[in-house]
Amino acid sequence: MTRIRFQQSLDDLKENLLVMAGLAEQAIQRAIEAYRVRDLSICDLVSRSELAINRLEREIDQAALDLLAMEQPMAIDLRFILSVIKINADLERVGDAAKSISERVRHMEKMAAADLPVDIPRMAALASEMVRKSLQAFIEADAELARSVLTMDDAVDAMNRAAYKALTKVMEEESHLAPQALNALMISRSLERVADHATNIAEDIIFWVQGSDVRHHKSVILGANDPHAMG
Amino acid sequence: MGVGIEVINLNAWYGTNHTLQDINLNIPANHATALIGPSGCGKSTFVRCINRMHETNPIARATGIVRIGDLDIYKDAKPVQIRRRVGMVFQRPNPFPTMSIYDNVAAGLKLNGYSNRRSLDEIVERSLKNSALWDEVKDDLKKKSGASLSGGQQQRLCIARALAVDPEVLLMDEPASALDPVSTSKIEDLIFQLKSQYTIVIVTHNMQQAARVAEKTGFFLNGRMVEFDSTHKIFTNPSDKRTEDYITGRFG
Repeated sequence: MTRIRFQQSLDDLKENLLVMAGLAEQAIQRAIEAYRVRDLSICDLVSRSELAINRLEREIDQAALDLLAMEQPMAIDLRFILSVIKINADLERVGDAAKSISERVRHMEKMAAADLPVDIPRMAALASEMVRKSLQAFIEADAELARSVLTMDDAVDAMNRAAYKALTKVMEEESHLAPQALNALMISRSLERVADHATNIAEDIIFWVQGSDVRHHKSVILGANDPHAMG
Repeated sequence: MGVGIEVINLNAWYGTNHTLQDINLNIPANHATALIGPSGCGKSTFVRCINRMHETNPIARATGIVRIGDLDIYKDAKPVQIRRRVGMVFQRPNPFPTMSIYDNVAAGLKLNGYSNRRSLDEIVERSLKNSALWDEVKDDLKKKSGASLSGGQQQRLCIARALAVDPEVLLMDEPASALDPVSTSKIEDLIFQLKSQYTIVIVTHNMQQAARVAEKTGFFLNGRMVEFDSTHKIFTNPSDKRTEDYITGRFG
C-alpha cells in the first residue's frame, strides 16, 4: 500500500499553493512598480491578480478539506495539509496588501509628486525577499531556510517604525504634503504586513517539517531549546 | 481497578520463527493503550503473551518477564489464574451460540464454581450494564441466545462475559474490525468508559481508532517494538521514520 492517489493529491496541493504564491509575489512586485513609476495600468493588473488569488484560495482550501475528510492524513501529511491551509490564507492576505498598495498609488497619482523621506522600494525588496525565501523553504521543505526568514522580520519592522516617524514629521511640518505622506505611510504599513505574512508562512513550514510550533518564541528562532516542540 | 503491565525482555517463538524480539514496555494502569503495526508484526502475539494464551499452541514458547501489577505471570501463576485477571475480546464475536444471553455472561463464573444465584444475577446485570448492552437485552436475558444478537451486540456480550470475572486488564484484539460504524462507535465509547476501571490494551489496524481511544500507542514491526509513546506524539510527530512511514500509509 503506497497511497498513490493520496500522494498525487498532496503533490497537486503543493503545486497549486506554489502557483498561488507566484501570483501573490508578482502582485506585490507589480504594486511597488506601480508606486515607483505611478502607472495606473499596472494597478489594474494588481486588481486582476487579486481576483485570481481569491479564486485559487477557495480551490486550495476545498482541496485541503477534501483530503482531510477523505484520507484522514497523519503525522507529516497532516501537518503539511494544516500548513497549506494557513499559508494559503497568508498568501491571500499578501494579495490584499498588494491591492491596498495599488489603491494608494491610484490616490497618489492624482497628487503632486513629492520627495518623501521613505525608501518604499527598499522596504518592498526586503519584504519580497522574505516571501521569496519562505516559498523557497516550502519548495525544499527546508526548516533552516524558513528560520532565516524569521530573523528578517525585525528589519522590516524597524523600517516601518522609521517611516512612521519620518512621515508624521512631514505631516506636522509640511502640511501641504500630508496626503502624500499619509498614503506612503499606509504603503509602508502594508509592506510591514507582507513581512508578517512571510513570517507566518515560515513558521508554518517549520511546523510542517519539524513538528515544532515556533510562533511567538524568539528564543526558538535564535536556536535555543524549543519548550513548545510537540511531544 | 486496573493495574499496570510491565514487560521486560519478552521474546516469543512459533517453532523456529522468532515472532517477538526483546520487547520492553510499561503499560499504564487505567489507560487505553493501542498496539498498531502491519499484519504479522507480532502485536497479536504480544497480547497473547500477556494472558499466556500464546503457549496454548504446542509449538509456541515465550521467555522474559511480564508483570501484571505485582504478579509475575510466567513465574508466580498458572495460566487459568491469569485469565481471571486478564479478560480478552477477539476480532470476531464468539458468544456460546446455544447459551442464553444470561448464561453467556455467567459462563466464566460458573466454570469457576460460582453458584450463588442472587449474586450471579447481580454480576450479570452489572456486566451487561458496563458493556452498554443491558438496556437492549434486559427483557430477553434467558429467552434469547447469544447468537440471536446483532454482530455489535454480540461483541458487547463478549465484553460483558470478559468483565463478569472482574478482571484487572482487558485485552482487545481488533474488537471492532468486523463491525459497522455505529457498532464500532459503541465499542469505542465503551473503551472510553471502561478504562477508569480496567487497564485496556487494544490491537487495531484502524489508525483513527487508535488515535481516538488510546492515550498510549505502540508501533510493532517485524516482531520488534519500534516506538512506544503518547498517542498524540505517535500520530502527529513520531520519532521514528518507520512509524511515520507506516501511519502515513507509505508501507504496510
